[in-house]
Amino acid sequence: MNASGRKIPDRLRSPLERRLRSWESLLLLVAVAIFVANSLASPYFLDAWNLSDATFNFTEKAMIAFAMALLIISGEIDLSVAAIIALASTAMGAAVQFGVPTPGLVLVGLAVGLACGAFNGLLVTRVGLPSIVVTIGTLSLFRGISYIVLGDQAYRGYPPEFAFFGQGYVWWVISFELVMFAFLALAFGILLHRTNFGRAVYAIGNNATGALFSGIRVARVKFILFLLTGLMSGVAAICLTSRLGSTRPSIAFAWELEIVTMVVLGGVSILGGSGSIPGVVIAAIVMGLVTFGLGLLNVPGIVMSIVIGALLISVIALPRLWTGRRQS
Amino acid sequence: MRRIVASREMLLLVAIALLLGLVSTRFPGFVEPANLVAVFNDTSPLILLAIGQMVVILTKCIDLSVAANLALSGMVAAMTNLAVPDAPIVAILLVATGFGTILGMINGILVWKLDIPPIVVTLGTMTIFRGTIFLLTEGKWVNSHEMTHAFKAFPRTELLGLPVLGWVAVAVVVLFSVIMTRTTLGRAFYAVGGNPNAAAYVGIDVGRTKFWAFTISGGLAGLTGYLWVSRFAVAYVDIAGGFELDVVAACVIGGVSIMGGIGSVPGALLGALFLGVIKNALPVVNISPFWQLAISGGAIIIAVALNAQANRERGRIILKRAEHAA
Repeated sequence: MNASGRKIPDRLRSPLERRLRSWESLLLLVAVAIFVANSLASPYFLDAWNLSDATFNFTEKAMIAFAMALLIISGEIDLSVAAIIALASTAMGAAVQFGVPTPGLVLVGLAVGLACGAFNGLLVTRVGLPSIVVTIGTLSLFRGISYIVLGDQAYRGYPPEFAFFGQGYVWWVISFELVMFAFLALAFGILLHRTNFGRAVYAIGNNATGALFSGIRVARVKFILFLLTGLMSGVAAICLTSRLGSTRPSIAFAWELEIVTMVVLGGVSILGGSGSIPGVVIAAIVMGLVTFGLGLLNVPGIVMSIVIGALLISVIALPRLWTGRRQS
Repeated sequence: MRRIVASREMLLLVAIALLLGLVSTRFPGFVEPANLVAVFNDTSPLILLAIGQMVVILTKCIDLSVAANLALSGMVAAMTNLAVPDAPIVAILLVATGFGTILGMINGILVWKLDIPPIVVTLGTMTIFRGTIFLLTEGKWVNSHEMTHAFKAFPRTELLGLPVLGWVAVAVVVLFSVIMTRTTLGRAFYAVGGNPNAAAYVGIDVGRTKFWAFTISGGLAGLTGYLWVSRFAVAYVDIAGGFELDVVAACVIGGVSIMGGIGSVPGALLGALFLGVIKNALPVVNISPFWQLAISGGAIIIAVALNAQANRERGRIILKRAEHAA
């Protein structure tokens, strides 16, 4: 987006890696500070069940944020994720009306997510359109289809077993969603940091042409990333629909912005090429803690959004002020 | 001549005419002048914001905070009216536009001085602006009966059959047609987006130009904020929620390239009108308004696909024209 301000790493990876690490430790410090502040501010904060409830503030969004992180590192973005949730949820709701059992509903949710991801991916990699506009378009299109199907109605009547994904607990206060969050964090962490595919994602984000000439199938990697993001939106749709027990076309409205905020807060460069999954994990927890802690203090949601917005800007601005601004 | 016929603006004009023709077969009243004026008037806020957004997108940036800016400036205008009921409309206009301009400058400073990617800056300020409205009002609404008559009457006053709201849009379209084609700053917006490095070598301060783009977008959002609040005679936290996407959509449909450097005022105007006609036509032809979102989504995707085609050709045309000029 900003060709002149972009720094191209010209040294070995170790200093960069160290700086990345310090970013995550800074974030971790913020998380700990918020945790301590919260437990001092409200006597209800340090309660296992309350904390368990707090995790629902971020688990579903974080599932998508992991895939989004890879996508943004590769230099693309997907703003249609929340709309995919709406469409997948609507499809599951429609399937319920035909008496589809729980396993079938899960398949429907995942399939719709994949199909939407494939649609985005095709438009970006085959037709060669900029992803930010394509996904603003599909954002309207996917949610628009939900509105056409549902209008001002809602789908209800999900089977009782379906409630497990959003309301079930695996053990004591550990919810299914939290386990899913941990599992996906691990899976995406390994995918990005320990596989050839992950290295290819970084390479594409830093220099797509260079990556192409090094034998990386750039279009295919990007297509897979869009598929993954769609799939994760499907997974999130299953969890959210199960937790709410109903589907309205306005479900997960404007989540895409919170998810992008989470990814950027996690230290992923919006210009592509750098970032890590541990950073996104901590950012997700920070956002969850802020929302939950302020909620306990009766701070309205809209004020929390100010905090999140200010956090987003200052966390990016501070290191830039620190390191003596631009090189020019 | 061929360039004019094949241009995006002409294509859109034909599309809008076809749309109007289609609607008139089922409902002739829709294309009566009085109704067309009403449609234009209804689309005016979108036109105003789309022109500001176009300037920003030309410089390779994006302003996602316009709708939140509109809501906050509109609320400030409404609260000014509550506090000083005697204040003349000119003062209210200045307050709203000035306040919006300052909000735009905040975006611009963050992009210019700190070099933060615009999408991140405006994503952040978007939530901050909306949150600030809540802090100002504690979630209370400013309702119609609290506003003075003059405050509400201004955008509705009709001059030569068109309400002032529509005239403001006309004036801004004319003003920016001149600025974008006839002034140094206007050309700088194109240069910065078209090739930032070349622009820097020519002596254009890329960061400062982006700052002015955000300032313009903010000022127009502030102006629209007052017009919006007084037209609907209500101000609260969520007015124009999600409107920023409509604004970007109008630009993209109007042929403004998201990669920067390509776009025109008539394009943005027609892009906004295209969406406005669809919005107003749907209920008339008995299609549920719930279709609107999907239709504009489809329109965006088709438009951006067309843009990609046009951009490829555009590169050659510039070279050809440069050859002739030389």
